[in-house]
Amino acid sequence: MVEHRRFGNWLPHLVLIIGVVIVAFPVYLAIVASTQDNTVIANGQMPLYPGSHALETYWHTLVSGTGRTTRQPVGGMLMASFIMALGIAVGKIAISIISAYAIVFFNLPFRMAAFWAIFITLMLPVEVRIFPTYKITSDLHMLDSYSGLILPLIASATATLLFRQFFMTVPKELVEASKMDGAGPVRFFFDTLLPLSITNIAALFVILFIYGWNQYLWPLLITTRDDMQTIVIGIKKIIDVKDALTEWSVAMATAVLAMLPPVAIVVLMQRLFVKGLIETEK
Amino acid sequence: MANVTLRNVKKAYPNGFEAIKGVDVDVADGQFCVLVGPSGCGKSTLLRMVAGLETITSGEIDIGGRIVNQVEPADRDIAMVFQNYALYPHMSVYNNMAYGLKNRGMPKDKIDDRVQEAARILEISPMLERKPGQLSGGQRQRVAMGRAIVRQPKVFLFDEPLSNLDAKLRIAMRVEIRKLQRRLNTTSIYVTHDQLEAMTLADVLVVMNGGQVEQIGNPLQVYQKPVTTFVATFIGAPPMNLISLRDSDIKLQDAPADAGILGIRPEDLTMSSGAAPDGGITLEMTVEAIEKVGAETYIYGLRSQQGGTPAVSSRPGELPPGEILVRIPGQEGPAIGEKIRAVAPPEKLHLFTADGRKRVN
Repeated sequence: MVEHRRFGNWLPHLVLIIGVVIVAFPVYLAIVASTQDNTVIANGQMPLYPGSHALETYWHTLVSGTGRTTRQPVGGMLMASFIMALGIAVGKIAISIISAYAIVFFNLPFRMAAFWAIFITLMLPVEVRIFPTYKITSDLHMLDSYSGLILPLIASATATLLFRQFFMTVPKELVEASKMDGAGPVRFFFDTLLPLSITNIAALFVILFIYGWNQYLWPLLITTRDDMQTIVIGIKKIIDVKDALTEWSVAMATAVLAMLPPVAIVVLMQRLFVKGLIETEK
Repeated sequence: MANVTLRNVKKAYPNGFEAIKGVDVDVADGQFCVLVGPSGCGKSTLLRMVAGLETITSGEIDIGGRIVNQVEPADRDIAMVFQNYALYPHMSVYNNMAYGLKNRGMPKDKIDDRVQEAARILEISPMLERKPGQLSGGQRQRVAMGRAIVRQPKVFLFDEPLSNLDAKLRIAMRVEIRKLQRRLNTTSIYVTHDQLEAMTLADVLVVMNGGQVEQIGNPLQVYQKPVTTFVATFIGAPPMNLISLRDSDIKLQDAPADAGILGIRPEDLTMSSGAAPDGGITLEMTVEAIEKVGAETYIYGLRSQQGGTPAVSSRPGELPPGEILVRIPGQEGPAIGEKIRAVAPPEKLHLFTADGRKRVN
C-alpha cells in the first residue's frame, strides 16, 4: 500500500486474518468431522483434531455407500453434479456469446428490443418461474434427465450482457479489416472474436460452473431417481434421515467432496479468471 | 494495376445529412492520389466508399474498368491500411499478414513466399513470430502495410496511416510509403488532414471541404494556383495572408473587376525599404510578434490602415483582420514595435472573388 505508518501493516493483517478464520474454521470443522467415528459426533462431542477414520469414511462415502443412509455412493452424485454444472456453464456461454454477437455486430431490426427482452429475464430467475418451467419440462418428458436439469437454466442475461459490453469495445476497424481479408461473419466470429474473448469466457466459466454446481431447488424438483441426484441434494438427504442416527462423518465427507470441484476449477482457472475480469487485450 | 474513377459520387445519410455532395476524381494507373481536407470534410467517408465499407447513395465507383458499387469489399481487389492499424491482436505478425490469403484458399507455400517477401521489403522478418502487442507503433504500421502488400491488390487505400505515430517517425514512414508505392507501382489513395504529408506524397492532390472537391491537381500546381481561398489557406504552412480589398487602401493596377480578396503567401513577402516592383504591392505594418524557428523567422505585423472584417469568414488558422504574416529566411529580423515595409512582386499575388469561391487571376 501507499502508506508506511508504524501500525499501518498489522491492522489490515489482523482484519484479514479474522476474515480468513471466520471463513475457514467451519471448513476445517467439516474436514475434522469427516475423519471421526460416527458415534463421536452423535454423542454430542465435536473434537478439534482429526480422528483416525478418514480413509474408511471417504471410501464408504465415495465408492461403496454405507447402506444405511446413503442409498448410493457419492461418486455417482459427483458425476451428476459435474455433468449438470458443466452443461449449464458451457450452454450458457455458448448461447450468450452468440446472442451478444447478433446484438452487437448485426444491424437487425428490433435488435435493441431483443436486447432488452433478454435483459429483463435477469429479473426472472428459475425460482420465480418455477411452475411454468416445471410444466414445460415435464410436458417435454425431460424429468429425470440431464437435458431437463440443464436446458431450463442455460439462458443467461448476465453473460449476454457481459459479452455485449466486451464486444462493444472491439474496434470497428477490426471488423472492417476482416471484411477486407475476405472473412465472412462466421469466420470473423471463430477466427477473431472467439480468440479475443478467451479470458472473458474463462472468467464466466468459473462463475457459471459454480452457479450450476450450487443449484438446489431445480434439481430437487426435477429428479426423482437416485442415480440422477446431485451432490448438493445428496448432503441434505444424508443429514435428513428418519428413524436412524445421522451419519455425521459421512455427511461431512460429502460436504468436503462437494467443495472440491469448484475449488479445483477456481484454482486451475485463477489466472485467466482474474485476467478476464480486469484486463482486455486489444 | 488499375485506375480508379469516381463519377458524381454522393453519400447521404438517412437523417438527410449529405456527407459527399457529388465528387468526380480520376486516378490513373500507378498514381498516388491524396485526399486532403479538414476533419469532417468527407475524405475518410469517400475512401471508405471506395473500400466498400460505406454504401454509395448515387454515382459510380470504377476500379480497373469494373463498376464496384455493389461488390463486397473483399472482392474489390483492394487492400486498406487503417489509422489504428486494426491488426488481429491474437495472431502473430506472420498470421496477420497471411490471414487474408488463407481465406482466399491460397496454397500454403505460396502464402509463405508472399509473406516472407513482404517482410523482407518492410524489414520486419525478425518479428514474424511476435504478437502485435509486442511491437512498437512504427513496427505495427509496417505490419499493417505488410498485410496490404501481400495481397498484391489493384489499389491500396490508406486511411490516415501515420497519424498515430510521433512526429519523427511520421516523416520517416512518409518517405517509406512513397518509396514502397513507387517500387510496387500500385495505384494508391491516401487520406490525410496533414497538408505537408499531402504535398510530399501526392501525384494527384484532391483538396476537399464540406463534402465537395475544392481543387484537383498536381501538388505544386495547387500550391501555386489555388482556385479558392479555402485551398489557398489550407495548402501551405503558415497559411496564405488574405486581405479583403473592399475596405482597404490597397490599389492594384489592372486588377479584374470582380477581385475581392488579395492573397499573398508569407514566403512571397520580402522586407524592403524601397518601392514595390512594378505592379506589385507594398504593405506597411508594425511588428507585433516574432517567431524564430531556426532556419526562418515569422514576423506578425499589424497594418495600421486596415481594421474591419476578416477577408473570409474566420477559420482556425486564419489571421485576424489587418494582421500580416511575413516569413523570412535566417534568424535576423526586426524588433517588436518597429515599423516595416514588406513588398511582393505582381506574379506572386493571388486574386479571388469576394466570396473566395473563385480565382480571378
